[in-house]
Amino acid sequence: MTDWTRKGALEMADAMAAGEVTSVELTQACLDRIAAVEANVHAFLLVDAEGALATAAAVDADRAAGKDLPRLAGVPIAIKDVLVTKGMETTAGSKILSGWIPPYDATVTAKIREARMPILGKTNMDEFAMGSSTEHSGYGPTHNPWDLDRIPGGSGGGSAAALAAWEAPLAIGSDTGGSIRQPASVTGTVGVKPTYGGVSRYGAIALASSLDQLGPCARSVEDAAALHQVMGGHDPMDATSLDEPLPDFVAAAQEGRANGLKGLKVAVIKELGGEGYQAGVKQRFEESLDLLRGLGAEITEVSCPSFEYALAAYYLILPSEASSNLAKFDSVRFGLRVDEGGTTIERVMAATRAEGFGDEVKRRIMLGTYALSAGYYDAYYGSAQKVRTLIQRDFAAAFEQADVLVSPTTPTTPFKLGEQLDDPLAMYLNDVATIPANLAGIPGMSLPSGLAPEDNLPVGFQILAPAREDARLYRVGAALEAALTAQWGGSLMAQAPELEVAR
Amino acid sequence: MSSLEKSDVARLAALARIDMTDADQDRMAGQLSAIVDAVAKVSEVAGDDIPATSHPLPLVNVHREDVVRPSLTQADALAAAPAAEEGRFRVPQILGEEA
Repeated sequence: MTDWTRKGALEMADAMAAGEVTSVELTQACLDRIAAVEANVHAFLLVDAEGALATAAAVDADRAAGKDLPRLAGVPIAIKDVLVTKGMETTAGSKILSGWIPPYDATVTAKIREARMPILGKTNMDEFAMGSSTEHSGYGPTHNPWDLDRIPGGSGGGSAAALAAWEAPLAIGSDTGGSIRQPASVTGTVGVKPTYGGVSRYGAIALASSLDQLGPCARSVEDAAALHQVMGGHDPMDATSLDEPLPDFVAAAQEGRANGLKGLKVAVIKELGGEGYQAGVKQRFEESLDLLRGLGAEITEVSCPSFEYALAAYYLILPSEASSNLAKFDSVRFGLRVDEGGTTIERVMAATRAEGFGDEVKRRIMLGTYALSAGYYDAYYGSAQKVRTLIQRDFAAAFEQADVLVSPTTPTTPFKLGEQLDDPLAMYLNDVATIPANLAGIPGMSLPSGLAPEDNLPVGFQILAPAREDARLYRVGAALEAALTAQWGGSLMAQAPELEVAR
Repeated sequence: MSSLEKSDVARLAALARIDMTDADQDRMAGQLSAIVDAVAKVSEVAGDDIPATSHPLPLVNVHREDVVRPSLTQADALAAAPAAEEGRFRVPQILGEEA
């Protein structure tokens, strides 16, 4: 009997089109898997079995009636809890939104519904996407399916773990400083941060508006491309949405896999490697460079000297924007209210925010408040914005010399749960290689490049392209993925340990 | 640039509308100081000749036709409010004492 949960999204779509399986069967298989492993993984904050099966049944009925259906119709998906879903509780991992039922759909949620994809549920995340481990979720951490004692990355650890635990073939993520790519890296999955403005942010609960971008999470490059195709495109509801036609990402992936990368110029970013990077991470990175050479690519090195300041700039810009965005949690229109009675709204707000926000959220709000306060603005926020210019210039110069830039996605393989919880600065360093792309608005992808020999845990390979050239990521990613899987004799995920299942 | 004292944390918490216990202020002062010390390096390279960037890609102002579009109903907008009355959000008293 076929275990459909082990199949990719496009394989599922093809099997449904060929009449080999129904969407109800696929959706039920995912729901059964969720029931079997969630006690150990905790990738989901909410599972909507009824809603998912209803969508699946409607798709099956339309297919049986011979109606035209979208490419991914009937393929189940998990949605990060940062995205609002009408009628379905949405918390962004925060206690302050516990029980909140949004009265509208995010644009991407609406697109998923239009694509007729059953929504399995909402995935766990660090509170308001602030974190690299899901340990800052208000609802308990997610566990990495490769080793349940380790972090699944963050903030989108729930989406990545759902894929790696075979609970869902596709998931939505959001990436402000690496929240799609870093979880993909540490779970052996694929994650893409599109060009800023490539996917509508309408209905995505904002962390830092000039950095946030929604993107696809999958177990293969081509599946990610297919989901990106569904999510992307212009949206008048988002003033920063790019009003440009969406390229064919799936075709780009197929092209890369079929024709290799002859003549492609790949540059290694000198500053994102070396000291502080784990030996096995460096080894797998070098091996992938060799494979790229074998595919016809020309490898060089570029220097981006301002990247040394990227993390610092990011941790000024992000908290500043977050402190403003999170002011909306004021105990008036939605969310928690802590009111002992007989006191002013100002006191109620302060009591509500003290109880509803977790430590990391408080830290970043305070940091942002500090960076924006009179007397400090120029030295902190103003300087950080200048560093942003320097980083953009570094990227512009690097892309004069190369078609894509590459680096390890993360300096290390996943660390143990609890290991960095009391050391915010150590936690921030996990995103050192992913943050520059957000500051510049360019697209980036992480795909698995193997297991580190010293700990048998996944290592991610990051590809960066110029703004609006997301298709390049899929072309290069699919070519590299094909070379790697040929070497491994199957996908990296096939090497993941089997999880204990509840019966 | 100096590290944050506990009194700074108390002031920031008040500005950010977050109640904070004495012990939390102590802990937060240590953590925020470490972070502020680490991020202060941005000023090393932020010369006067470098323009600030607030947004990743160049933006143009976006306009739309001034036409009425469907929106949330009053009931939908109030459905998630902690308290509502007569079709409005109900809030605690605004002023601390009778004016």
